[in-house]
Amino acid sequence: MAEQKVELFARRLDHGVQKAVHNNSAAGTEKRYNVLGTDYSAPDDLRRLAGQIRQHSIEYLDTYLEQAEQSLKRQGAHVHFAVTADDACRAVSDILQKAGAKKVVKSKSMISEEIHLNDHLGTMGIESVETDLGEYIIQIDGDHPSHIVKPIIHKNRRDIAKSFEREGLGDYNDDPETITRRARVFMRDKYLQADAGITGANFVSAESGRLVLVTNEGNSRFCLAAPKIHIALVGIEKVIPSDADLAVLLNLLGRSATGQQLTVYTEFINGPARTDRPSGPQEMHVIFVDNQRSEILASDCREILRCIRCGACLNVCPVYRQASGHAYRSVYPGPLGAVLSPLLAGKKFKELADLPKASSLCGACNEVCPVDIPIPDLLLKLRNRGHQEHAPSPGTPPMGAFAKLASSPMLWRFAMKSNKVMNLVPLEKLPLPYLQPWLKTRTLPTWRGGEFRSWMKSRHKK
Amino acid sequence: MQSTTRPTDRTVQLMATCLCDAFFDDVARATVEVLEHVGCEVEFPENQTCCGQPAFNCGDWPASREVMRHTARVFDGSKPVIVPSGSCAAMLFHGAPLEFEKEKDLPTVQKLANRTWELADFLVNGLGVEKWPGRFPARIAFHRACHTRGTGSGEAALKLLESIEGLEVVPFGEAEQCCGFGGTFSVSFPHVSSSMGCLKLEHLTEMNPDFIVSGDMSCLMHLSGLAERGEKPVKTLHFAQILQTALHRHG
Repeated sequence: MAEQKVELFARRLDHGVQKAVHNNSAAGTEKRYNVLGTDYSAPDDLRRLAGQIRQHSIEYLDTYLEQAEQSLKRQGAHVHFAVTADDACRAVSDILQKAGAKKVVKSKSMISEEIHLNDHLGTMGIESVETDLGEYIIQIDGDHPSHIVKPIIHKNRRDIAKSFEREGLGDYNDDPETITRRARVFMRDKYLQADAGITGANFVSAESGRLVLVTNEGNSRFCLAAPKIHIALVGIEKVIPSDADLAVLLNLLGRSATGQQLTVYTEFINGPARTDRPSGPQEMHVIFVDNQRSEILASDCREILRCIRCGACLNVCPVYRQASGHAYRSVYPGPLGAVLSPLLAGKKFKELADLPKASSLCGACNEVCPVDIPIPDLLLKLRNRGHQEHAPSPGTPPMGAFAKLASSPMLWRFAMKSNKVMNLVPLEKLPLPYLQPWLKTRTLPTWRGGEFRSWMKSRHKK
Repeated sequence: MQSTTRPTDRTVQLMATCLCDAFFDDVARATVEVLEHVGCEVEFPENQTCCGQPAFNCGDWPASREVMRHTARVFDGSKPVIVPSGSCAAMLFHGAPLEFEKEKDLPTVQKLANRTWELADFLVNGLGVEKWPGRFPARIAFHRACHTRGTGSGEAALKLLESIEGLEVVPFGEAEQCCGFGGTFSVSFPHVSSSMGCLKLEHLTEMNPDFIVSGDMSCLMHLSGLAERGEKPVKTLHFAQILQTALHRHG
């Protein structure tokens, strides 16, 4: 029988990698739980409030996006809109080419992964260096992030030491401090040589045009220290109404992502350098990227656009812990990715329609989500859509016969009683393709169909 | 979120669930005895079948709605509908309104949703039962079934269990994690599902409890099936069976 792709990947996953992903994720879940529980008496109320703020932001996105554009321009930034991933890549390279820029330093940004920016810049002859340590390791290995916050959750320090040795960053040494120091020395030169710095944005306030960036390594500050040009790639859904909303959202973001009350660096960027504020890049460009988001906004799964990319749902997800991020074949893994990736795929929805099935629907993702996204409901809606569009789903039993049986009480009662015959034969021999995978690792209890009904009847006679 | 004004009459309709109908008549009997102990008259609509969740989870919502329409007809009326399963209860009060969002008969399933109670939730938050009489000298690990997240069921079950004389509820790691069952998920993702289940078993048995207890037979069927195949069998009991046994040991 054909196999689900996530299942196949998980089954073949190296045991050491699986353990690393599990342990790292579980540690993240525990830290989040402890810090939220210690700092707030009712963290769930806060999550619901944050969910309302984000839902409001996307319901009125047209208004807030326009307002953000005006505010950013008032601050002296150039604002661009890109409909597709290609448009976004071209917008970036156009700005760079116009300025004669050849070297770029990048801070971590999921949307740049989504639009495959580095590949595009490479073909244009522009050097782009990832400056977040994890992302840099991904880049030199030609790998892909397997977690949205901890991109190298699937690697260990011995793998990294080998990569550094190969890249000429010193002899083999797997001491984490040495690895970090070597990366810092390497990066310093890159920062100084770069013509432009590219970042993402965690939030953009429509009211003030403030762009908010959170990092733990301070690399985004370095990206904006020497280069003359700052380009920020921002998914259109990142806009929030006002600066005051950050009080709720920032308090939840760090705690949900890494169990930190606040990330080590939280930057508020108010446009490019001016005479009264001489530091920073001379030129600032904000590129708002749609890339299917308008379609998602128009769909019945729009709640996924609330997401603030904390990764808490990945950490807590038992399927993610077993399968690791690469099993999801997309930039966004885990429960968030199982919803977002097939939607971002647009017309290619069917190619990723198996992802919403890779869930036991346990709901742990919703329970930890800082913006209270009803992820299990969205997974179910996408399963329904996959079914309607006849997306392949290996191992999913057809439900037509079940529905007939369960809507016909006479037939149902008959089946309950007659299935007792199952107790007389070895189940492993039965030609029931959907029963066999169950029986490989589990037993089934004895069939006692109809026993309860008889008992109820006999009591009423008395 | 469920309506806060669900009915609390003591004449109730029991939805036994298809798993109890097929395998676990002892759990359904325990549920009846527990409800009767607190003064309920239990009606069992004979034409009941299943809540339709298997088709719902598979994405075949038309098939699931067919079953749900039947279920809504069978459980017509105004009495509380009691379900000894957090999962099937959640299908009635959450899943059904979701799959009927765009259907004309949404009000019918919404009405049923507003009358549905998971057993422990009904006993504690519906009828106000605070303590359970009798004795049950044992150490148990209580698995809070996933579909009771965000409801009062888990707390309610623990409250009654902890009030039973001689019963000790032991803690275990990664308590928020799923048992790996997930209905048809266990069939289409057998490796992931089994790995989740084995990890769950490791945690649940950390403190060597006498029984693994839950309010959902689906989780327990999965866990005991895995444990038995792995030749490390565990003893499982539904929450209602503990209450029932405690009553029998009540002087």
